[in-house]
Amino acid sequence: MKPITTLRSRTAVLADENVDTDRIIPARFLTTTTRAGLGRHCFQDWRYLADGSDNPAFPLNQPAARGCAILVAGHNFGCGSSREHAPWALLDYGIQAVLSSEIADIFRNNALKNGLLAIVVSEPEYRWLLANPGVELHIDVRSQAISLPDGSQLRFELEPFARHCLLEGVDQLGFLLQQGDLIDAFVRERESQAAASPGRTSHESLSPTTGANA
Amino acid sequence: MNPRTLFEKVWDAHLVAAETPATPAVLYIDLHLLHEVTSPQAFDVLRERGLRLRRPDRTLATLDHSTPTLPRGADGQRPYATPAAQAQVEQLEANCREFGVTLHGWDSPHRGIVHVIGPELGATRPGMTIVCGDSHTSTHGAFGALAFGIGTTEVGHVLASQCLLQRKPKTLAIHVDGTLPPGVGAKDLILHIIGAIGVDGGTGHVIEYRGSTIEALSMEQRMTVCNMSIEAGARAGMIAPDDTTFAWLQGRPHAPQGSDWDAAVMRWRALRSDPGASYDRELHFDASQVQPTVTYGTHPGMALALGDKLPAPRNAQEQRAASYMRYHPGQSMLGTAVDVVFIGSCTNARLPDLREAARILRGRHVADGVRMLVVPGSETVRRDAEAEGLHQVFLAAGAEWRQPGCSMCIAMNGDLAQPGQLVVSTSNRNFEGRQGKGARTVLASPATAAACAVAGAIADPRTYLAAEASA
Repeated sequence: MKPITTLRSRTAVLADENVDTDRIIPARFLTTTTRAGLGRHCFQDWRYLADGSDNPAFPLNQPAARGCAILVAGHNFGCGSSREHAPWALLDYGIQAVLSSEIADIFRNNALKNGLLAIVVSEPEYRWLLANPGVELHIDVRSQAISLPDGSQLRFELEPFARHCLLEGVDQLGFLLQQGDLIDAFVRERESQAAASPGRTSHESLSPTTGANA
Repeated sequence: MNPRTLFEKVWDAHLVAAETPATPAVLYIDLHLLHEVTSPQAFDVLRERGLRLRRPDRTLATLDHSTPTLPRGADGQRPYATPAAQAQVEQLEANCREFGVTLHGWDSPHRGIVHVIGPELGATRPGMTIVCGDSHTSTHGAFGALAFGIGTTEVGHVLASQCLLQRKPKTLAIHVDGTLPPGVGAKDLILHIIGAIGVDGGTGHVIEYRGSTIEALSMEQRMTVCNMSIEAGARAGMIAPDDTTFAWLQGRPHAPQGSDWDAAVMRWRALRSDPGASYDRELHFDASQVQPTVTYGTHPGMALALGDKLPAPRNAQEQRAASYMRYHPGQSMLGTAVDVVFIGSCTNARLPDLREAARILRGRHVADGVRMLVVPGSETVRRDAEAEGLHQVFLAAGAEWRQPGCSMCIAMNGDLAQPGQLVVSTSNRNFEGRQGKGARTVLASPATAAACAVAGAIADPRTYLAAEASA
């Protein structure tokens, strides 16, 4: 993954609360077996009219919203389905950061693992961002600060490990695989406990007939 | 040792490494469930990086989301909605062959919705950590497991390492006491709870449902409650295992047997929150106040009792929902015309759910102009339902009796409603377009859904249950 240290863009605002991942990418586009090409279906049923033309009422179709990489989204953005197709679609559509007063848990995890900055800001700052679409922001992942054109700054917090991975461009799987010795030790410890107490073996593995081949 | 909650006991027992300020906890996963939609890109990562699947014996796959619920056609072909849907199913079949994963596929007598078959097979057991690339993995918490949905990147993490990197969530106790009134069930209860706490009421938390009402629920009812934890934004929902749990699990294919079973039950009995254990938040509900409950808007938090007057929209989103759903503030949902009724999904497609619907449909007929689909949650549910003749009740009433799958809950297999149609659905999400572009969804219990099918409009199941009682 490419390191992400800063992002500068104007904001587009999608003020609706509770935008669920079905709205972001409807289920009928989930039959794909790759990550690519979902951007053209991002917000499909909101973004296009029945004849396939752009829906002028969709906020991100406004001329001022075109090309904005920072989305200021309504409270509880990304709720519902765990589909990682939602951040894949947003990134492919051109969104690189989502700012809100609350972002749903699974979506936020998925987003950060794909380099989509999912950032929660305080309620007053959120209100200000909603009221000021098009403002140019500079997001600094290292200092966890968002700079406004007037030089003032908003602070935010990212989960420290997710932030480290963004800054270094490392993926979390690499880190997990480095824990192999710890994982092996954990499994050995459980197996020795299992050997000492009947019933535990069957609890620990999927099937009572399956051996514990860690 | 300090008193601990049920969640903390399961969490602690699976810590490969505790969290630090700089790094999340490394949490060991006992059971990884897979389906065709959220796994292909994760298997690709294994191939790209030359990694093996660490624990095939802790990995279990099924086909449910993209699968047609109609049988093979005269040409012998399964009626997939699109070539892409078929390709996705075949990709999971190929991935399971390549990596040695047990797949309950088309030829398995156990195939079904992933959250129905895990418990049915006894693969879901108390005290386990269970994940799946599917947010309704919270269902398995009904057994006292810590079970939650993950994204596809994390599916890859578990395939490769059998572990996940996780920050410890907060805990929320939801105490429910009292007796649910007649005609009111687990679906009504959880819709009532989400209506009260909102779709973000559980964000960042694992919910533990407890209290006399919860203890009195059957396992299927507990699964209905835990299933919808994610609709309140919670990572997981849990219920302490008890004799109801053990009786339900005993004898299932993956359950321990003989002296192993006795020892397991002894251990499982310790899986309850200690007296004095503290939660980050606690909420209390009175079950006697719960009525048959339905949704009226476009998220599960927009729910209220059948007879209650709909509130005026308070913000732009609720205004949009009112316009989309065409509901009228000041009126109740009763009497709203219905086009489609769907009985199915990981929330409500188990045998007791089908019995509940059949009880109302027996000797009655689906109203003219209403299409009704009944989709059992698994092949096991289908066989059991057919053995007691439930399919005959549905067919005689004019409903369609389908093959198992997610079907119209997620509407990606071709089972869907048309724009503008109103669907009364026993599933879990009433989002815009969830059951088809422009389709309007009202979430309800199986009893309410069946009553709506008969009435051709949103109706109170107690009307039909009372008629039955006096007959």
